[in-house]
Amino acid sequence: MSAGTYTPRPGAAPLPRMIAAQTALETRMLLRNGEQLLLTVIIPTLLLVLFSAVDIVDTGSGAAVDFLAPGILALAVMSTAFTGQAIATGFELRYGVLKRLGASPLPRWALMTAKTLSVLVTEVLQVLLLTAIAFTLGWSPQGNPLSVLLLLVLGTAAFSGLGLLMAGTLKAEATLAAANLVFLLLLVGGGVIVPMDKFPDAVQSVLGLLPISALSEGLRDVLQHGASMPWAEAGILAVWAVLGLGAAAKFFRWE
Amino acid sequence: MEKEPVVQVKGLVKRYGTRTAVDGLDLDVAAGAVTAVLGPNGAGKTTTIETCEGYRRPDAGTVRVLGLDPVAEAERLRPRIGVMLQSGGVYSGARADEMLRHMAKLHAHPLDVDALIERLGLGSCGRTTYRRLSGGQQQRLALALAVVGRPELVFLDEPTAGLDPQARRSTWDLVRELRGDGVSVVLTTHFMDEAEALADDVAIIDAGRVIAQGSPEQLCRGGAENTLRFTGRTGLDLGSLVKALPDGSEAAEPLPGTYRITGTIDPQLLATVTSWCAQHGVMPEGISVERHTLEDVFLELTGKELRA
Repeated sequence: MSAGTYTPRPGAAPLPRMIAAQTALETRMLLRNGEQLLLTVIIPTLLLVLFSAVDIVDTGSGAAVDFLAPGILALAVMSTAFTGQAIATGFELRYGVLKRLGASPLPRWALMTAKTLSVLVTEVLQVLLLTAIAFTLGWSPQGNPLSVLLLLVLGTAAFSGLGLLMAGTLKAEATLAAANLVFLLLLVGGGVIVPMDKFPDAVQSVLGLLPISALSEGLRDVLQHGASMPWAEAGILAVWAVLGLGAAAKFFRWE
Repeated sequence: MEKEPVVQVKGLVKRYGTRTAVDGLDLDVAAGAVTAVLGPNGAGKTTTIETCEGYRRPDAGTVRVLGLDPVAEAERLRPRIGVMLQSGGVYSGARADEMLRHMAKLHAHPLDVDALIERLGLGSCGRTTYRRLSGGQQQRLALALAVVGRPELVFLDEPTAGLDPQARRSTWDLVRELRGDGVSVVLTTHFMDEAEALADDVAIIDAGRVIAQGSPEQLCRGGAENTLRFTGRTGLDLGSLVKALPDGSEAAEPLPGTYRITGTIDPQLLATVTSWCAQHGVMPEGISVERHTLEDVFLELTGKELRA
């Protein structure tokens, strides 16, 4: 490199270009990570195929896949927006990535926008894959796609807030352990593959308030039973979203 | 015309709980120069630098970088500075070139990434992800990330820690090239020779304050004086010797037959000593001149080992 190479010529790139670049990088990091793919792609796919094909859990009347597909879509949202985002963000904090990006021209709000877009891109890929598999298993969904979209967006907001809250307040290792544990517990107790009515009534009423149950039951109301819009479940998700994002905004440490 | 300082720190105080990390620190950094911030571990170097980078909010005092408040005016300042953290800062799953290209995309007029990869010897990293790079490769990548956006001012926090001698020289060369092209550089270092070789200006920090600042030459002159040693027969007449030397010189015989002269040691003084010896029939042996180094100044000022 010759004289004059480093002559200062500072300046931020245009915001849309920065956000697009950041979104692309975040998405690549996620898709390259084996553990993340296990959570976001392999586990939901296996559960969908296995439980549709083999009569392990009594899923009520009708085809098993009609019960399972909405729950698996809820699981996919949780795996990306909550578990995956919490673990990735926890380690980005640990390795000073967020700190370093904090000194770059990319504003913090733009970084968070890019993270959200990356979650949404991943979810679109998940939904496409899982929907295609569900159709080959004989799925016949009902209801209004816009209701489904609204529930998915509310669920993403709720789980993102909780994931970022966890990543921003716990150590990376603690986040890794806790995010996986919560994933497992909510997988079992949140109406994903086990119908809620298998639990005692008192337990059911508590479990029903969890974001995963609200999302899986809400999606089931629409996709399996053809409900127009499950407002109670949407309301529960909205409350979680406000609480989670609010707490994350307040307590998130950037380094 | 004298340019405005690129960094102006006045009365900076920063506390962490009950511990005061920076305690009324004043520092001006000249434009277009390389300024080294030296200090023992825990002296407040990193806290000071990170306050300039906008990571810390001062508890008291003011900090201006390129005339801007690093916290309140962060969005205007950040595109104009380059930052190299002491460690980390890269996605563990990202490749070196991928991260560098990404940082380039965040800037309006970045350097040619391929040329920079070549210049810093990062081409050998290939498809290796960050977590598997060697410590030296990680350091060079962090340096590349600091300069790729063509900043006016770069902050390098211990840029050569953990580098082998060759990579260290290469980093020094890059710092000199930056200065040659008009970039202002602030670096912290544990290495005296680094400050002496690179810096136009050195600020020595101890216990959260700047205790000395100046060019390496000024600092070396201003501290303890230089020393001339020789051996000869015991019991020379020191009074007569001192009378022959310039004012302000001192002579001592710390061990029998071992002599030490302190003062401004120049060729004239050396000639005076040898001719005095000749007049007195003394054969001076093992004459040595000890040049005062920045390390001596540092030890004298802080009483601490730097390479802790």
